[in-house]
Amino acid sequence: MNQMGFPLLTLVVWLPLLGAILVYAFRREQVKAVKVVALGFTALTFVGTLLLWAFFRSGEAGYQFVDRAAWIPQFGVEYALGVDGISLFLVILAALLFVVAVLTSWRLLRSEGMRGYFALLLFMETGVLGVFTALDLVLFYVFWEVMLVPAFFLIGRWGGAKRVRAATKFFIYTMAGSALMLVAILALGYVVYSATGAWTFNVADLAGLRIPWYTQLALFGAFALAFAVKAPVVPFHTWLPDAYVEAPTPVTILLAGILGKMGVYGFIRFAIPLFRDAAVYFGPTIQILAVIGVLYGSLIALVQTDLKRLVAYSSLAHVSLIVLGLFAVNAQSMSGAVFQSVSHGIYIAALFALLGALETRKGTRDIAAFGGVWKAAPVMGFFLLIAVLASVGLPGLNAFAGEFVLLLGVFKAQKALAVLGALGMIFGAWYMLTLFQRVMQGAAKPEALADLTGLEKVTVAPLLLLALVFGVQPNLLYSIIVPAVEAVVKAVAAR
Amino acid sequence: MLNYAWLVLIFPLVGVIINAFFGRYLGKRGAGILASAMVGLSFIGAVWMFAELLGLEDRVVTRPLFDWISVGDFNVQVKLLIDPLSSVMAVVVSGVSFLIHIYSIGYMAHDERFVRFFAYLNLFVFAMLTLVLAENLLVTYVGWEGVGLCSYLLIGFWFERKAAADAGKKAFLVNRVGDVGFALGLMLMFVTFGSLSMSQVLEQAMVVRLMPGVATAIALLLFVGAVGKSAQIPLYVWLPDAMEGPTPVSALIHAATMVTAGVYMVARTHTLFALSPTALTWVAAIGGITAFFAATIALTQHDLKRVLAYSTISQLGYMFLGVGVGAYAAGIFHLTTHAFFKALLFLGAGSVMHALAGELDIRKMGGLRNKIPVTFWTFLIAALAIAGFPGLAGFFSKDEILWQTFANGKTLLWALALLTAGLTAFYIFRLVFTVFYGESRVDKKVAAHVHESPKVMTVPMAFLALFSVIAGYIGVPKILGGGNWIEHYLDGSLGWHTPEAAIAETAHASAGTEWALLILSVIVALAGIGLAYVVYVRRTDLPTRVAKSLGGLYTFVYNKYKVDEFYMAVIVKPLRAVGKFFAESVDGPVVDGIAEGIAALVALIGRGLQVLQTGLARNYALGILVGAVLLLAYALVR
Repeated sequence: MNQMGFPLLTLVVWLPLLGAILVYAFRREQVKAVKVVALGFTALTFVGTLLLWAFFRSGEAGYQFVDRAAWIPQFGVEYALGVDGISLFLVILAALLFVVAVLTSWRLLRSEGMRGYFALLLFMETGVLGVFTALDLVLFYVFWEVMLVPAFFLIGRWGGAKRVRAATKFFIYTMAGSALMLVAILALGYVVYSATGAWTFNVADLAGLRIPWYTQLALFGAFALAFAVKAPVVPFHTWLPDAYVEAPTPVTILLAGILGKMGVYGFIRFAIPLFRDAAVYFGPTIQILAVIGVLYGSLIALVQTDLKRLVAYSSLAHVSLIVLGLFAVNAQSMSGAVFQSVSHGIYIAALFALLGALETRKGTRDIAAFGGVWKAAPVMGFFLLIAVLASVGLPGLNAFAGEFVLLLGVFKAQKALAVLGALGMIFGAWYMLTLFQRVMQGAAKPEALADLTGLEKVTVAPLLLLALVFGVQPNLLYSIIVPAVEAVVKAVAAR
Repeated sequence: MLNYAWLVLIFPLVGVIINAFFGRYLGKRGAGILASAMVGLSFIGAVWMFAELLGLEDRVVTRPLFDWISVGDFNVQVKLLIDPLSSVMAVVVSGVSFLIHIYSIGYMAHDERFVRFFAYLNLFVFAMLTLVLAENLLVTYVGWEGVGLCSYLLIGFWFERKAAADAGKKAFLVNRVGDVGFALGLMLMFVTFGSLSMSQVLEQAMVVRLMPGVATAIALLLFVGAVGKSAQIPLYVWLPDAMEGPTPVSALIHAATMVTAGVYMVARTHTLFALSPTALTWVAAIGGITAFFAATIALTQHDLKRVLAYSTISQLGYMFLGVGVGAYAAGIFHLTTHAFFKALLFLGAGSVMHALAGELDIRKMGGLRNKIPVTFWTFLIAALAIAGFPGLAGFFSKDEILWQTFANGKTLLWALALLTAGLTAFYIFRLVFTVFYGESRVDKKVAAHVHESPKVMTVPMAFLALFSVIAGYIGVPKILGGGNWIEHYLDGSLGWHTPEAAIAETAHASAGTEWALLILSVIVALAGIGLAYVVYVRRTDLPTRVAKSLGGLYTFVYNKYKVDEFYMAVIVKPLRAVGKFFAESVDGPVVDGIAEGIAALVALIGRGLQVLQTGLARNYALGILVGAVLLLAYALVR
């Protein structure tokens, strides 16, 4: 269904790619113009996603703004895009974080390679938006793999000291994870073809099918591996700390804020609704891995000495909690998981942006080098405080509205897992407040750090404001998320 | 006013916003006055609500504000509940807050982050009133963690000092442990009753047949939260450290209001507790034991504020003892009187510090009686009140708890509480006598500048002194010719929900017994004061000699039973060690090692197969030949 009578979603998805091409209309030295184009296109895309929200029919479970066209008709492969309550806010979040990424890139880079950098960033945005909107599995896979390429080059070329190794690891890990998914997608198509005599890769058509048990197990396994690497789920997470730490700040923001959510999204959009029996069968195993991820990630975060590494492991713990919620498969646990995916994207972006600001000023990420920063840089102190509080799940900020609902859902289904997951609330406060104390509190170091610049304030403040707004009015999101999630829950229950 | 109850909440929030964004333009005095005025308006509103409520038949009023979270069957509405219990709390909280705001204008006058201080204080009042007035327990939880945040920020207000930053973090984390219990309790409550709305839960609790143990589990999980926030064993360890914060904060948050939230919560959800005698016994026992335990530590400390901190823990123990024996009204009554006299004791301590350039060690005080007379007299009144001197506030409220404990048949806990009453009188008068009597032991340099605090500080103290005298008369027991007004008033919240099972437990002892116990507790209080007089005024050599003769035991108590060290060794360090082990020995070498190993294996296989790719046509031809022969052989054999 498309309520616009106009391919808004297609426009939103491809607009950044147009920007990536336009960047090259400028000469290498026209740095300012290149930045303005990048900002303009990401901003325009963001506005486009807001229009999606504005015209979204809330309370409806199905896909909206659907654009369809035949692509490879002999195999039933389509160009099909659409959003529903599950993907809408991930699309908006992605578009927002790309704006944030462009803004945090503003002063980060020297002029050389500026065009390439922004072109890759914009290219990646099209890939990411495509992943969240593709309704055809083949199309989904193309977007999924395509966005890896710019991510690889952004880390490998503009990252820190060990960037090449980190980028390669990230690339190979993700590729290895998703190679099987391609096989599984094709196999699924074939299974459907042999059963019905017609080819289709459309997710809406596939979701209603009954697939034989062993086929389900194999296909679910292949999909789940790809998503488990991306999210990530322990023990497929070891690419994460290296990639998050070595990537330049804007790319770290994207990796942590939105790329990991592609894994979460994959589970709830494909792996669970397509292979319902297998999802229920494997659910507890994945949940146990998730709980391990919460505790394991938290405990490791506790002893980190590198700013970004600490938050990277915290991110592992938080995303694990989201995965825990997904596989409890009820309205609260899954809606909470989707909500928390969005809210985690918001505060983790703010956190990494602020850590980036600290790193630029001090030239190091070693926590021990900081101390007493709050005194000289009050605004930075308050901004980091709010981001930290959001991350520890303070009620009134967004994460609480997600995590409590999520854990409540898990508690309904499996009390012991919820109790273990809730321990993450204690550890989370422990490592985040320790981080805050060691950076912002204590006696000031001799050389005072400069407070946030106007640009940095403008970049981070909206994220913090959103954290507050979504914490006080979570129903802005839930009213749209819940109907879509309930459809999935109902489908799994009726399997 | 009841229709505008939200205003009571909004005023302090407006104060926060104005001071946060425009405070620097207001100037110090302006910011302080604005913040105080906002809380003053809240107080007026609270009193108004209270008065209106008195005039109503049905004294349970709810006012919905907005829908907060709706996910499937889980719906949380932000709604205010104004009933006798919450109206009393709102008046006490906003009233004491107002006085302490005024005091702070003087006390914090020279602080560079003056505006920030008042913004935090206002935020605290907002969060505390949210906690008190919330109808839905999840909204209570919002206020609950909100006051925790303010506590964290205000304890660590002077964050340049490591001790202050450490103490703030410790407070937050220890409270988090309790809060997780609270949160799990809420989840279990929702699963059991299908709602977190106070009225619906309590209604359901009356009719739903619960699985055995469920009521106990819910009540005890909630109580874990209360134990954290109200600093009871085993989670009290954060409160003494919290004294690193500015003294008005200690008075407001860590004595009068926030730390009593746990008692309030138990009273608020008393129907659930009443369903589980086991849970109630735990509450009473933890309260009674904490009261005694903390009082023993208070006997030995030399830091003025820490003695008061342990005293607070001890008094909170009394309140839990009260609610734990089902005497909810008595617990709230003591909460109210304690808010006045303990806030006053802290403000007095602040005034002493003000006079002595921040000195806290009572060994370096003495003889201050005539130098800071207003501080002395108000402190003395508060000390008499907490000691249970007949006629003052603490006398009535503490005695009510003692009596109810006895009447409930909890004789052992009653005896412990009576003994604690003696200790209380002793340690508080130890402070009075060492600080205000005897020879001056003040440093020469400091002694020259000893001065009474300005009016902006002493006037709020005088008001609190007044309340420390008169507040007890809202709950004079029948045998003394009173009507115990507060108990009857609180019946509107605490009476008619109580299942008969809980009421039946209250044994009916005679008026004679009540008189005897009353006289006994007066004797104990006077004995405590008298002993302190002998030891700290007449025979000042005694304390050292007693300490010496007790030897190891004294040191053990002086070192707070080494509980902090115990937690450090048993919880904090092992967890960090596990984290370090995971980080250094598992995540890299094992988990990543396996992944890299698989990658290396693939590469190795690739390299192995590479050998076959010789590029020589005859090798390939050979391969094809061998393959063909094998296939042929297979086909023939089959």
